Amino acid sequence: MRVLGELCIGFARTGVLGYGGGPATIPLIEYEAVKKYGWMNEEEFGETLALANTLPGPIATKMAAYVGYKVKGTTGSLVAILSHIIPSLFGMLMLLGVLYSYRSSPYISGMINGVTPVVGVLLGVLAYRFLDKAKKGMGLKWMIVSVLGCLVVIETLHVHPGIVIVLFLLVAFTMATYRNKSNRDSVKKVTEKKREGA
Amino acid sequence: MIYWDIFSAFFISNLLGYGGGPSTIPLIQKEVVGHYHWMSLEQFGDLFAIANILPGPIATKMAGYIGYQIGGIPGMLIALVATIAPSAIAVIILFSFANRFKNALQVKWMTKSVQPVIAVLLGVLAYQFFLSSYENSGIIHLLILALGSLVALEKFKVHPAFVILFSLLYGGVFLSGVV
Repeated sequence: MRVLGELCIGFARTGVLGYGGGPATIPLIEYEAVKKYGWMNEEEFGETLALANTLPGPIATKMAAYVGYKVKGTTGSLVAILSHIIPSLFGMLMLLGVLYSYRSSPYISGMINGVTPVVGVLLGVLAYRFLDKAKKGMGLKWMIVSVLGCLVVIETLHVHPGIVIVLFLLVAFTMATYRNKSNRDSVKKVTEKKREGA
Repeated sequence: MIYWDIFSAFFISNLLGYGGGPSTIPLIQKEVVGHYHWMSLEQFGDLFAIANILPGPIATKMAGYIGYQIGGIPGMLIALVATIAPSAIAVIILFSFANRFKNALQVKWMTKSVQPVIAVLLGVLAYQFFLSSYENSGIIHLLILALGSLVALEKFKVHPAFVILFSLLYGGVFLSGVV
């Protein structure tokens, strides 16, 4: 019971103090899980994070799910996730409720007009970060090719982005498998040659 | 069946969104605004702004709110479950299994391959908000707000919550048509 209480407090705290979305919350979760409550050691936390990153979907709730599960099974997992998201979700319902109840007010519509360009900038900055990651991951040339390809396919041919993502995943999987195979073959050839030489 | 639509919209967006919450935002927008027409692009932008003012995970907050708007409390719960449960269950079940494949070349390349797609989706979404702002507020206010917030966020590292609050204030004063 005490452990559940700790999970609840620890994850509520990270949910309320973690500004800037899930990825920005990870260091706070690490502090609670490793330093404060000792639910797991630093290494295990790092491994969990690396694994969670290979799976799709929001990262903070994935971490909450695993840490909670490790500490107290399914109940722990549910407690950790719910205490992480509920406080800010209520804040969201209340703030938007107030905003929309005055929707007809010119001040509110002015405020909404004021925030629209900032939303554009925030999304643009995120887009830039993903571009940068893509450049580091696949090199400038392939980044430009795939970005232009995506732009044409999604915006002018109106293909659902889900289909494009699945296609990219399949190509990456195939290429990586092929690369692994050809690496193995070349290693085999080298060892065969060595044997022939000997 | 509205609940089924809510579930599939959020399930698909989160299943395809590699790279944490931010990468799911444009996918959620495609489903919620583009496919099901549950809200306008501007409303989606308001949600995103408010979600950025508040702490906690952004994609989850947006899912909860959109689910609530469309299907009340059950809708909210369904949207949250569809967002969180699949990957949460996967991370628990796959832990020992996937730990072996974590360093596989396939997994690494697959994660990387999605990044340009997400970049394009986010970039297009950003453009749509600029266009909407241009139509509603004109080029001068758009430039002031966009360049001002870009400099504040990236050069002076002002927290997004303050930038958003300031833009709300600016809009309330200069864009309400009252002053």
